[in-house]
Amino acid sequence: MAVPEFARSRAGQAGLGLVVAIATFSFLGPLFYHTNQVTVQLALATLPPGPGHPLGTDASGYDVVGRLMLGGQSSLELGLAVAAATAIVGTLYGAIAGYLGGFIDAVMMRVVDTFLAIPSLVFLLIMVNLFTPNVPAIIALLTMLSWLATSRLVRGEVLTLRTREYVQAARVMGGGSPWIVYRHLVPNAVGVIVVNATFTIADAILTYAALSFLGLGLPPPHADWGTMLSNGLNYLFDGYWWVVYPPAVMLILTVVGFNLIGDAVRDSLDVRLRRR
Amino acid sequence: MTGYLLRRGGQALVVVIGLMIVTFIMIHLIPGSVARSVLGVRATPGRIAIFNSTYGLNEPLYRQFLTYLDQVAHGDFGTSYALQEPVSTLIAQRLPRDLVLVGLSTVLALVIALPLGIYQAAHRDRLDDHLLTGVSFTLYSMPDFFFGILLIAIFSVQLHVFPPEAPSATSLGGILADPRALVLPVVTLALVTMASYSRYMRSSAIEVLAQDYIRVARAKGLPERLILSRHVLRNSLLPVVTMVGLSFPNVIAGAVIAEEVFNYPGMGLLMYQASTSHDFPILLGCTLIIGVATVAGSLAADIAYAVLDPRVRYGRT
Repeated sequence: MAVPEFARSRAGQAGLGLVVAIATFSFLGPLFYHTNQVTVQLALATLPPGPGHPLGTDASGYDVVGRLMLGGQSSLELGLAVAAATAIVGTLYGAIAGYLGGFIDAVMMRVVDTFLAIPSLVFLLIMVNLFTPNVPAIIALLTMLSWLATSRLVRGEVLTLRTREYVQAARVMGGGSPWIVYRHLVPNAVGVIVVNATFTIADAILTYAALSFLGLGLPPPHADWGTMLSNGLNYLFDGYWWVVYPPAVMLILTVVGFNLIGDAVRDSLDVRLRRR
Repeated sequence: MTGYLLRRGGQALVVVIGLMIVTFIMIHLIPGSVARSVLGVRATPGRIAIFNSTYGLNEPLYRQFLTYLDQVAHGDFGTSYALQEPVSTLIAQRLPRDLVLVGLSTVLALVIALPLGIYQAAHRDRLDDHLLTGVSFTLYSMPDFFFGILLIAIFSVQLHVFPPEAPSATSLGGILADPRALVLPVVTLALVTMASYSRYMRSSAIEVLAQDYIRVARAKGLPERLILSRHVLRNSLLPVVTMVGLSFPNVIAGAVIAEEVFNYPGMGLLMYQASTSHDFPILLGCTLIIGVATVAGSLAADIAYAVLDPRVRYGRT
């Protein structure tokens, strides 16, 4: 039911189109558009857009278009990795809390409330000091922030699902708790999970950009849109607009794209979802 | 209602204590010696020993935590290691600025978002609705630091309308005495929050417009303007009220960024500096204040929900 509904949503199509176009650009682009993204060439630094460099070069002499492709890969991978980890952790936690109910549920939910009360940026500021920034650590940190909302949503969903007849029938037939959670509750909550994962991709990309603006991002050889944008902003007032606006536009389009998809999927499932 | 309030209050208290435990553990996970980072690399072992015993850092972690709890219960948030001032004084200096920033921008965001959402719902799927949806999606998807700097580039550097820095006065009166300097930080924060509020308002108003009582209101010949301002506004406010209460942590995160962009020394910058210099008392104090505010925000949202919606009655579950 949900698929034709989604196909009819023009906003959803636009979002999907945007995301596919950006992913194609980032992952297939480098196969056709070869640039040097390894060695710093100061002789070529901050060249304005022109022949050979359609969007000019940045302060290290990297071609901006090539850099956008490379940065797109890591931004999209980061978003997807965080969303996947969030979906797994949040779903398991929420499903277990909702299914068990009672005292355990109350304790598990107070834990979620506690972590929700810690302001996200404060949490990141403290935690970033614990690691030398690397990709798995950043993914873990962003996941630690976003699984909370997912687990609440999944719990809410499971709370209503577990009273349904087919779940009770499964129990009568002798299905154990892990089986019921895995076979009946999680698949039926999958709509909520997918929608939330889509928004998580967008949020992860944005939060990471904020981190790199605060100087807590990944160190140089790593390229992504957030880092490109926050480095580029240093040169905005020197008139080097081509190191600022292209990553900003890519970042915004990607986040808009995922949000449009998420909205359309949610409308097509017609589930009441709270969005943080 | 009283029973419900008591239960929610109890839960809130548990969450606040949990928050303190988590923050305490998290902060003590930060590697490196506090004494070294405060006293410098050349500090003698003797001075390090004095520092550690002064601040009780030799005690086991649970003793330190109990001491801290005891202090907080007596209204004492400790003394900043690096700044050598009571944390309560530091927070008292900075908190009013954040209240001004967060308060003004939330009010502005609501003042724009509520009518905008209703307008879009009333004009659903027409060209102007699509355009406005595009605008709010773009604003929502914009990194707030980029948006702030963009506003500086346009309104300060190009047009010279507003100063690029937020007011630097320390007193509340001083901040408000320079309203022009407040415009850019408040607008930055407000427009980014406005985008998500107005999306909510729109979808909520669309649901309300489909209700039977709206059809009744139309049938009895009530002007559309009155329908929107009386029936639709009030009924579609509910989800937005919850949203405002729950979005508080996100607004705080935005405020940290706005403070950094506009060089507005509020609690965000204080915490940012404290996190890089091992200033535990500041981190603990600020997290506690913000955490309590967050918990209070969601509690207030629930209560406001009950006040606004006569159908919601708590306590009989």
